[in-house]
Amino acid sequence: MNQREHSADVAQDFSGIDRAALIAELAQHLPASSLLHVDEDLKPYECDGLSAYHQLPIAVALPETEAQVVAVLKACAAAGVPIVPRGAGTGLSAGALPHPQGVVLSLAKMKRILHVDPVARVAVVQPGVRNLSISEAAAPLGLYYAPDPSSQIACSIGGNVAENSGGVHCLKYGLTLHNVLRVRAVLMNGTIVEIGNAALDAPGYDLLALAIGSEGMLAVVTEVTVKLVPKPELAQVIMASFDDVMKAGEAVAAVIAAGIIPAGLEMMDKPATAAVEPYVKAGYDLNAAAILLCESDGTAEEVAEEIGRMKAVLETSGATEIRVSASEAERLRFWAGRKAAFPAAGRISPDYYCMDGTIPRKRLGEMLTAITAMEKKYGLRCINVFHAGDGNLHPLILYDANVPGELERTESFGAEILKLSVDLGGTITGEHGVGYEKINSMCDQFGSDELRLFHAVKSAFDPQGLLNPEKGVPTLHRCAEFGRMHVHGGNLKFPELERL
Amino acid sequence: MSEDRLDAFRARILERKPLRLRGGGSKDFYGGMHGGEVLETAGHAGIVNYEPTELVITARCGTPLAELESALAARRQCLPCEPPHFGAATVGGAVAAGLSGPRRAAVGSLRDFILGVKLMDGEGRVHRFGGEVMKNVAGFDVSRLIAGSLGTLGLILEVSLKVLPVPPGDASLRFEMPQDKALEALNRWAGQPLPMVANCWQDGVLTLRLAGAQAAVSSACVKLGGESIPEPEALAFWQGLREQATEFFSGEAPLWRLSVPSAVTPLDIPGDQLIEWGGAQRWTRGDADAVRMREIATRAGGHATLFRGGDKSAGVFTPLQPALMEIHRRLKQSFDPYGVFNPGRLYPEF
Repeated sequence: MNQREHSADVAQDFSGIDRAALIAELAQHLPASSLLHVDEDLKPYECDGLSAYHQLPIAVALPETEAQVVAVLKACAAAGVPIVPRGAGTGLSAGALPHPQGVVLSLAKMKRILHVDPVARVAVVQPGVRNLSISEAAAPLGLYYAPDPSSQIACSIGGNVAENSGGVHCLKYGLTLHNVLRVRAVLMNGTIVEIGNAALDAPGYDLLALAIGSEGMLAVVTEVTVKLVPKPELAQVIMASFDDVMKAGEAVAAVIAAGIIPAGLEMMDKPATAAVEPYVKAGYDLNAAAILLCESDGTAEEVAEEIGRMKAVLETSGATEIRVSASEAERLRFWAGRKAAFPAAGRISPDYYCMDGTIPRKRLGEMLTAITAMEKKYGLRCINVFHAGDGNLHPLILYDANVPGELERTESFGAEILKLSVDLGGTITGEHGVGYEKINSMCDQFGSDELRLFHAVKSAFDPQGLLNPEKGVPTLHRCAEFGRMHVHGGNLKFPELERL
Repeated sequence: MSEDRLDAFRARILERKPLRLRGGGSKDFYGGMHGGEVLETAGHAGIVNYEPTELVITARCGTPLAELESALAARRQCLPCEPPHFGAATVGGAVAAGLSGPRRAAVGSLRDFILGVKLMDGEGRVHRFGGEVMKNVAGFDVSRLIAGSLGTLGLILEVSLKVLPVPPGDASLRFEMPQDKALEALNRWAGQPLPMVANCWQDGVLTLRLAGAQAAVSSACVKLGGESIPEPEALAFWQGLREQATEFFSGEAPLWRLSVPSAVTPLDIPGDQLIEWGGAQRWTRGDADAVRMREIATRAGGHATLFRGGDKSAGVFTPLQPALMEIHRRLKQSFDPYGVFNPGRLYPEF
């Protein structure tokens, strides 16, 4: 079985795995508390943050050391068993969805901060360390770790590396990719590799760029070196109301055109503010068609200068009301509403489905108009929050999984938004990853040549194709079968494959 | 027109003979020993799309870097990573070499600013990775893998780069300081909310560049002290450093680049040193022993490159861990199965 090679064309067949033998083998390398294999223990691992998809694995391994990670990978490689790496399980694309014949490898027990270097301004941490605890550990030094995904209280740095996570401040401070110097990782065959280093660059190809955002398909991260940056002296946020969503979109472009890169620049539409306000009491203007949150950070002088300039631009752009946070408490309250948008959606609807397309900012109006039409078409409501500064949309489609057909309509609604994101010159995922969820939408964004190269990249690290199979990159067969035969520039995208 | 050029490139590639990809020829000196017939990319030029409010510019590979930068300057924007021109650099060549200038430690490397790449592989197929949007995690990040790959993975046809506004405030300061004190100060200042964007230590003199909001620059100047450098002189200084046009870089002696963690204390290496990037990039001149230079850099947590001149027979880049070399070989094999692109330019093995 271990002779099988990973291929771009068709999915592998993993039937015929001897579960009992594998569990006996894993038990040789892991303490009993680190190996779960009865159904009731496996249940918590059946899904990640996207609970619409769930599946029990054959076992869950929770190694405490790198040596145990190596042992688990070697055992699974020898038996030809798929591995699904898992961080905190907060991901929103079913990237950690178990494989029915696979082992979930949870890095949750490897959660030590190994070293914080105040002079070099780096931290070396294990993959299970929570995003926020890095900043907490660095706080006494006046430093912090910049990427702050909304789930930062729970999500782990290993998961952030897998997804190349962003956050509300990434327009100015970058994504995970821009803030990680090195990862130490184990290949599927058990070899430990050092990718990147403690300097600003490494010799050879930039494998760090491949590893970050690789969704657990290339290697299992066991250690991460992150950059720490000085905590700004002060941050202030402007909350601006607009009576028209298009005007709010134009105001975003005007801020950028004025030569300002805000620390955060977010938009919420009226249904979104209406959903969060009763829950968070952030003080949002409920009459506005859209509100913008526009943040400045830096020294006190810098913030005063920038807030003044941003206010002037927003006023000229037709803001109907402008409020500047007068205190840190008020700033946090303005943000609390934005950060609580997802749970708020959960309060007003039994289920919601969060999309993650990115588009060029200037196409925002077209996208929102199209989403309004789709709400009618699919008979479902959608609320919109938007990392406006970098064009990353998070439409939240509200549905009820208990109503027959609603989940399927929601999925079609979501897929149509993603397809439109590609058509408008954007992408199907800005920061949540492809995972299992968007694998069919990958066929909209890429042709068979690119997909083949993606598979080749995977094979370069994982020739057996055992790390998180059937995620991230679709097989060519799948794209043909799912009928994603969109005609781009007059060319059929998968002409070489037979249609089913 | 553009399609004809792609057909011409494809025809050369399909001959399956080693090619030496060449934009402006400004970095012919850089990288390992390499042969092959020259494939000129300069004809495939032009800015394809520039949207100042989207903070993105897309240009064909043969576009002179200077042309791209003047288009940005006209809208008060820039490429903050400051790739060197070394003469007539093209956009494709800049990305292939992946070099960044004096501001790199503060603002990020050229790789960090790449949003998308259009690439022709070793079988003449055209691929598009990434795009023109700021955030994009669909598929592996191949466009950033291409940065610094020295043209060994494919012919870069088009590149999309993130651009930023030119900071309104800009000032430079000079201090007299020995190397150890300068490294200490640079690492201390980098841990404070100061708008320090570039620095250079040489010969007992530390030069700093501050840029950002005018108010932040003014208050940092007061806080840090030092001798203020008049603007024309300062701009010429940073320009000279970016282009390696200063006296330190002149002459024929081999030039070594050591990339190390910024806080590493002064390195015991022969010859004069010039230090940039807050201590993370250290240059030295002279006929140093390659093995020893690599050992010193590796022990410090980084790597050493024979950047210009010298004896290239032992390779110019620090050798890789065997498992990583194996991954490199497989990637090369996938992108360029017939070994057409720049063989030997990155590593003698491929």
